[in-house]
Amino acid sequence: MPAHTLRFLCPNGHLGFAPLKTESFRLGVDTGPDFILADSGSDDIGPGPLGSDTSTSPREWQRHDLEHMLLAARELGVPMIIGSAGDTGTNSRVDLYVEMIRDIARRHALAPFRIGWFYSEVAPSVLREKLAAGEAIRGLDGRPDLTPEELAATDRIVAVAGIHPYKALLDEGADVIIGGRSSDSVIFAAPAIRAGFPEALSYYLGKVLECASFNAEPYGGKETVIGEISMEDVRVTAVHPAQRCTVASVAGHAMYERSSPFYEHVAGGRLDMTHCVYEQVAEKTTRITGPTFMPSEGIHVKLEGAGKIGERYVGFVGIRDPYTVAHVDEVIAWARQQVCERFGDDGYELHFQVYGRNGVMGEMEPLKDRPAHEVGVLVFGIAPTREMAEEVAITGTRQMFYARLPDVKGTAGGVAFPLDEVVPASAAYRWTLNHTMQVGDPLELFPLHLDEVRP
Amino acid sequence: MSGGATRPLGELAKTVRSKNAGVDKITFDIIFRERETYELVKRSGVLTRASVAALYRIPEERISDFVTFDPALAIKFTLYRTRPSGSPGDADIFGAQQYAPLLDVEVPVD
Repeated sequence: MPAHTLRFLCPNGHLGFAPLKTESFRLGVDTGPDFILADSGSDDIGPGPLGSDTSTSPREWQRHDLEHMLLAARELGVPMIIGSAGDTGTNSRVDLYVEMIRDIARRHALAPFRIGWFYSEVAPSVLREKLAAGEAIRGLDGRPDLTPEELAATDRIVAVAGIHPYKALLDEGADVIIGGRSSDSVIFAAPAIRAGFPEALSYYLGKVLECASFNAEPYGGKETVIGEISMEDVRVTAVHPAQRCTVASVAGHAMYERSSPFYEHVAGGRLDMTHCVYEQVAEKTTRITGPTFMPSEGIHVKLEGAGKIGERYVGFVGIRDPYTVAHVDEVIAWARQQVCERFGDDGYELHFQVYGRNGVMGEMEPLKDRPAHEVGVLVFGIAPTREMAEEVAITGTRQMFYARLPDVKGTAGGVAFPLDEVVPASAAYRWTLNHTMQVGDPLELFPLHLDEVRP
Repeated sequence: MSGGATRPLGELAKTVRSKNAGVDKITFDIIFRERETYELVKRSGVLTRASVAALYRIPEERISDFVTFDPALAIKFTLYRTRPSGSPGDADIFGAQQYAPLLDVEVPVD
């Protein structure tokens, strides 16, 4: 039988994207939790960071949170677990966090402790061999199964870990774990399951804690929340003095950023929240019972992959003449035609977004026939080289100035330039993999490492 | 509709939001404060797969899920994107600003 209950403190979701709030974190630490944990990854940030192997989060913010968490965890003598290091969970991001932990420990002369970490990157050659052997790599969310062509267009791939590597590292005695890419909920579920609590409640615990105070009200991110698991239920409590975990806020979080509020898929099975019962049991605490967990036949691991399309430059123009606003599509067509005449029909990409009309929603905009009195056009030029991308973007931008509209009154320039030039942006990538792959051993894609951190 | 009084969804709902659900979908949550209002909107039939598809000018096949979620007093639906988030030409990497047209949906309140 496990301990009567275990308490899990989560100070942040997507650690690094914005710093944790220290006041509620300290209040939470003072209650003596059994674990301190945070997820640090997200695929919300687009394919660029994974493709280019960079973080979108500033190092100072990553370090800020790791330092607060490490000092508190070592002070209490409880495990600290971080999932999906550095936004993407690539190997370089895991190494970055492990090095930050070592450095923080050195600076604070912490007593020796054990650090465990695992990697999540999958070499394209591994998938190439699977495909060659006739194994299917199944597309998710309506995507077709992976083809060799799509794999060849991919620069970097991570596999999304389940509880398995975390459980294994805890078994090895790790005091601090830095995980590669993982499902958000499993960093919480792994220690709970390992301690003997039911799988369903353990995964639910992770689901409800993964974004910290996003499960509380009033709205306010980056504040600490505490989840407590028993053999019968999960109780989640807001720590910030002004926040509460209510039935509405906790149930509302169950559906946050997922297509169904009822199911959560992880490597190893599916959490079913259809019959969850939510009760307000104290001012700041909601109790949840009734989730179920259905183990899958075989382990299906999700794969995320990004591939580079090209270098990218952006330009911007404004339009105020009502006639030109009404005919902005013709202005764009003119500029596009000039790019075609220079570069041909393909080998580059040129995109125009018309702000003030349908810049945000594109074709889904119901009001796209009612543009504002002025509009701004953002121009993206993408090409294999920086030189070409710049020329595509500057041609697409500047040629709007010369668009030949038949009845325009202003013949000294069709658009307003806030900048004379186009500016370099991050390279353009796209998500090439949102797939799953069956594995025989749940650890086969996630090599484990363990080391002692000494002053 | 009977030609009676209506109120915009933006006034009736506590939360109306959109957000990525993975890299290929955007999910929409409409959450109410009181059960009565939630039931009223559910019963009104103004939010269905068909009405949402019409509002967003998309074929119904692009709606992957449409559910009501009683514990959260919420109506929720999810769309397939036409291109993955963050691909060139995508103007909303987080999918966070796609909910606005829902605010103006008129709900009969008679």
